[in-house]
Amino acid sequence: MQTNIFETLDWLPDAPEDFRQRCKSLAEDANASGREVSALANAKLDNNKLRVLGGVIAKLIANGRTLHPLSPFKLGILGTGTTDLLLPPVVASAARHGVALEAIAGHYESALQDALDSGSVINTARPDAVLVALDHRSLPITAVPGEPELADRIVEDCAQIYAAICGAVRQHGGAFCILQTLASPPEAIFGSLDRSVPGTLEWIIGRVNDRIIDLAQRDGNVLFDVARLAATVGTANWFSPQEWNVAKLAFSYGYVPLYADRLGGLLGALRGKSRKCLILDLDNTMWGGVIGDDGMAGINMRQGDATGEAHLTLQQAALELHKRGILLAVSSKNTDEVAREPFRSHPEMLVREKHIVAFQANWRDKASNIAAIAQELNIGLDSLVFMDDNPVERDQIRQALPQVLVPELSSDPSDYARRMLATNAFEAVAFLQEDKARSESYKANAQRLALKSDAINMEDYLASLEMEIHFDPFDETGRSRIAQLINKSNQYNLTTRRYTESEVAQLEEDSRAFTLQVRLKDKFGDNGMISVVICRAEGDDVWQIDTWLMSCRVLGRQVEHMVLQELLHHARAAGVRRLVGEWRPSGRNDMVRDHYAKLGFTADGEGSEGSTRWTLSTDHEAPRPRMTVIRSGVSV
Amino acid sequence: MSQQEKLQQIFRDVFDDPSIELEPSMTADDIAEWDSLSHVRLMLEVSKAFGVRFSASEVSSLTNVGDLEALIAAKGGA
Repeated sequence: MQTNIFETLDWLPDAPEDFRQRCKSLAEDANASGREVSALANAKLDNNKLRVLGGVIAKLIANGRTLHPLSPFKLGILGTGTTDLLLPPVVASAARHGVALEAIAGHYESALQDALDSGSVINTARPDAVLVALDHRSLPITAVPGEPELADRIVEDCAQIYAAICGAVRQHGGAFCILQTLASPPEAIFGSLDRSVPGTLEWIIGRVNDRIIDLAQRDGNVLFDVARLAATVGTANWFSPQEWNVAKLAFSYGYVPLYADRLGGLLGALRGKSRKCLILDLDNTMWGGVIGDDGMAGINMRQGDATGEAHLTLQQAALELHKRGILLAVSSKNTDEVAREPFRSHPEMLVREKHIVAFQANWRDKASNIAAIAQELNIGLDSLVFMDDNPVERDQIRQALPQVLVPELSSDPSDYARRMLATNAFEAVAFLQEDKARSESYKANAQRLALKSDAINMEDYLASLEMEIHFDPFDETGRSRIAQLINKSNQYNLTTRRYTESEVAQLEEDSRAFTLQVRLKDKFGDNGMISVVICRAEGDDVWQIDTWLMSCRVLGRQVEHMVLQELLHHARAAGVRRLVGEWRPSGRNDMVRDHYAKLGFTADGEGSEGSTRWTLSTDHEAPRPRMTVIRSGVSV
Repeated sequence: MSQQEKLQQIFRDVFDDPSIELEPSMTADDIAEWDSLSHVRLMLEVSKAFGVRFSASEVSSLTNVGDLEALIAAKGGA
């Protein structure tokens, strides 16, 4: 019963009633897009349906359709027995994972020849990769129990065949290999001893697999762990003696949909289509019960309670994904504070606030919230997986945001973790150190944006950032960063005057120059130096603003308004009556064409090469943005 | 669904042709898609749907739809 979810791809929604008709009209649609193809692929498709869709996709690709946004992939298949039956299902399943697949099968039982012959159908097709889908029956494997030397030689021979295939398809076809591990058939000769006696089939297959795994980590090759897949559904199901005898099917036809889906996921991962973020509903998904009704004491994630432990299993799985760099987010119809409470203080809650990069708990529809999460994290909707126990919510998301993967769940939370992972959505072809740290960098950015979308208005949002702005005259400490900003800033730069570091140093001592270096801190950290201003005295009561630039990182934070306040303060203190600004078009600073107008300056004619002049009386009163000002180290 | 209807549905799905109307005298020549490979698919789907197993010789000895119906019935398929 438990293997069932794998055999039928039970995490996928049912195929539409008119599946065949939709496939047919897709085949005849001159504007068929990859989106429609994936929509049809993202369902529980049996062999017959996979075959229909796979045929349509193959035809569309053969007719030159690109099927954007699916990524093209050309795969050669060297297999055991009858591989032709695999092709359409594999093509259809690849579309489920974002890949427009063209698959080419080698000749029956000719893997090595197809690889070594530069003129073979596989090599001449110039595939991106070649799947080496052999099983033990295509290799020179015979059981030699109790003959360790012979057994070692068999393992060595097999390893050489794999190495030869990899080397040849690289040389002749320019492709890397996807290497399948070998499943071990259930027929035991000794029984348990098969595992330890050298030369049994079980022993040989185990060692050949070690060599395959090793080879798959070299030269850009990739591993497809079919042994694990067979074990998942049981080797007694996987290996069907009848189907082998009658049709030379290396594994049972009933598992073709599963095999094709796993392979599709791997190809998707190779094309960067793996999902990056798991979004979890809370009530009856993350925990049993409804936090808003049942309260902290009422929700169930109790150890020792069947339902509670089921929900904890999902939390555990989510945490394991988090550890390998998958982002976790929350979408829940709840009051934010109420929803966060268990994450903060429920003693049995495993997932805590620090694990969540985006937290959307409100009463808006979930589609908007999920779209907001994608936007916050700056990742595509096709990077998201959404888990919700409520079939209505699941359906709404599938309708509104078809790119989001929404696993079907049963009413029993016991298998939520299994269903979520069975989707194969997070398939990876490599695991790097950076992956682990990914969560943190997304989190800082996401929090910023989260605040923005929740804030009632801009002013409150800015206030919530708790900004602290630091003004200092040019000094030795800031010198090189000042010079760097002066020479690198293009967009938010009024005059684009470049000065060398030694010229900047001279300004420090120039009594006719007024200088400002500006740093900005907020509740999320220090943004460093983000703005530079240089004014030059003209006569006794005018400051000409020679340079005003700002880092685009702090756009929209009212930093320029605060800088103006500071300029006015110093100008008045120096007895200056008027500020004169200038915009000199550089081709890249159109962003600041209206900078002075927005700050309340009056236009004062045009100069050469399209530049504009602006003037402002130092009596000017402007509203002061809500941020703390630190002037030369002192709060004012 | 009668055995005949069930079998007809399998034929329609396997050969992706909703217009197929089964006749006992029907052979592989009557259905364009019915080649050796799709014959294997057909037999696997029939075997799954009726909960019966076919030996290698049975699979290859069938000559028409009537033979298949008789074989399913003989094996007590439902």
